[in-house]
Amino acid sequence: MTIKTLTLTAVIATGVSAAYADEVRVYNWSDYIDEELLSKFEEETGLTLVYDVFDSNEVLETKMLAGGSGYDVVVPTGTFLQRQIQAGAFQKLDAEKLSNAGNLWDVIQDRTAGYDPDNAYSINYMWGTTGLGVNVGKVREILGDDVQLNSMDLVLKPENMEKLAACGVHFLDAPTEIFPMVLQYLGEDPDSHDTDVIGKTEEVLAAVRPHIQKFHSSEYINALANGDICVAVGWSGDILQARDRAAEADNGVEIEYHPFAEGSLMWFDQMAIPVDAPNPEGAHKFLNFILDANNMAAASNYVYYANGNKASQEFLEEDVIGDPAIYPDDATMENLYITTPYPAKTQRVVTRLWTKIKSGT
Amino acid sequence: MRRAILIAVPYVWLLALFLVPFFIVLKISLSDIALAIPPYTPTLDLSQGWAGVRDFFGQLDFENFVWLTEDDLYWKAYLSSVKIALISTVLTLMVGYPIAYGMARAPEEWRPTLMMLVILPFWTSFLIRVYAWMGILSNEGYLNQFLLWTGLISTPLTILNTQTAVYIGIVYTYLPFMILPIYAALERLDGSLIEAAEDLGCSRLQAFWLVTVPLSRPGIIAGCFLVMIPVIGEFVIPSLLGGSGTLMIGKVLWEEFFSNRDWPVASAVAVVLLLILVVPIVLFQRNQQKQTEAGQ
Repeated sequence: MTIKTLTLTAVIATGVSAAYADEVRVYNWSDYIDEELLSKFEEETGLTLVYDVFDSNEVLETKMLAGGSGYDVVVPTGTFLQRQIQAGAFQKLDAEKLSNAGNLWDVIQDRTAGYDPDNAYSINYMWGTTGLGVNVGKVREILGDDVQLNSMDLVLKPENMEKLAACGVHFLDAPTEIFPMVLQYLGEDPDSHDTDVIGKTEEVLAAVRPHIQKFHSSEYINALANGDICVAVGWSGDILQARDRAAEADNGVEIEYHPFAEGSLMWFDQMAIPVDAPNPEGAHKFLNFILDANNMAAASNYVYYANGNKASQEFLEEDVIGDPAIYPDDATMENLYITTPYPAKTQRVVTRLWTKIKSGT
Repeated sequence: MRRAILIAVPYVWLLALFLVPFFIVLKISLSDIALAIPPYTPTLDLSQGWAGVRDFFGQLDFENFVWLTEDDLYWKAYLSSVKIALISTVLTLMVGYPIAYGMARAPEEWRPTLMMLVILPFWTSFLIRVYAWMGILSNEGYLNQFLLWTGLISTPLTILNTQTAVYIGIVYTYLPFMILPIYAALERLDGSLIEAAEDLGCSRLQAFWLVTVPLSRPGIIAGCFLVMIPVIGEFVIPSLLGGSGTLMIGKVLWEEFFSNRDWPVASAVAVVLLLILVVPIVLFQRNQQKQTEAGQ
């Protein structure tokens, strides 16, 4: 009896460790990959892939800081990555295990090095901009045919918002995206950490707040595509996905994405390996798989985000690489800005201001 | 001996699943924020023995609780949560009581089926049911399409992302918790009491108010508590169905925890929330006990 129990325990124990050895757990943004790639990875490596999704950096960061998340690969945005590296949440990448690293694009590498010095902890997965998703037909119907669809005026001028409110306007629920945008609108430094300067955004946002139906960071994809709302301040690829879903549904909804003429925020989503990843070996395999030019191109062709992989560009479809909303031309590129993480005290002020704007308290 | 073990079971349960987690949260609420894993300091270091423990306790303080009194956000959020919970409890009671009453008065052979129908929604994930409501209530959703089709309205009603949607979601989700205890109380009700009341000159309505309602009071109270307590801390329903203006303590807690990464303040908010919930329950139970004693 005892021996039986012992063997049973041993079997279960080896079973558990074996499960870790041939399992890779990836935690990525929602709607952010071509799912065929997931089964392709499993076929090529024989590893089981557990793929979970999130829709806010804050959720990911809390899991990282709590430790023991059980994930092998996670995808924080640059600013968040930087802070999590400081907290000791990630392990350095083993360059020898990433044979495809030569595919990375130096233009993007230079910029991400600002968050992750020498790119020692992360590789770029996708990058994009924050701008306007517009239901062209409805907005023209409401504001007239000559309305400028790429201007912040559309969502920050109360007279425009008043008219748009009835058909619905969503903003990202991300103060780290919206405050820099409004600062840019006001002609201030979008990356300002001065709480007095950030405070100037309150007046602008408070004036349009009654006309914003919701602050949310993923619902706008479906809402735009279904025609439930007509303007969203959101992430480039998400809005382009909404555009495609609407086109597929053939529901008469036409969506366009525009980076702000006043200048848009440029952000980078980086793949990194948590310091306590159960299967760092498998994690490196996954990163190397993603670094493959063909795979990365397949992902970009599917989600409509630009990637940091130079070699993948020849495999990109024309409506991706040729679309200035995804791969901005040089003039737009000049106009893009990046931000850096807020220190804890500033963050508290920012969150408080954000709550005040959202709930009026 | 056997008795001691039997008594020990609930206490061990209470200790392991309530008191220990509570003290962990309380401990974090007395700490300070830090950029580390875990993101607060101090953490207990047992390797230094007694000095480490003393050092650890020396660093704890009530700073975070003081902070909660300095910003009006917190008490406003508590108040708003209690208000939403009270209104939804009353709404749930108004919808739930007639259903429970109908079930208890239905022919005996129907009752198991009716009971089943009340419980059936639990077989589907709660999250999916809330998402279904999003599909029903949205501007282009089923409800608006139906109302437009009937010609009752000419432009779609904005229900999703408003307070109304939150109430609909809460009442829908918590309805079984109201129905079941009331049903249990009504089912036990002795029908001859109502006959007696009517014999003594009560109208049916009077008999209902003077006999049925008071006798089902334990069920009503149990149902109200089962609904109100979780609603005060509700997070999922307001964040999915409500607009961004719905201020609830669950949301504030989320923001402290996730946006500010301030686990200590988040824990302080949670401790205060617990106190807000525990105090009325204790007072209520005392009152009940007194009444039972007086009755005897």
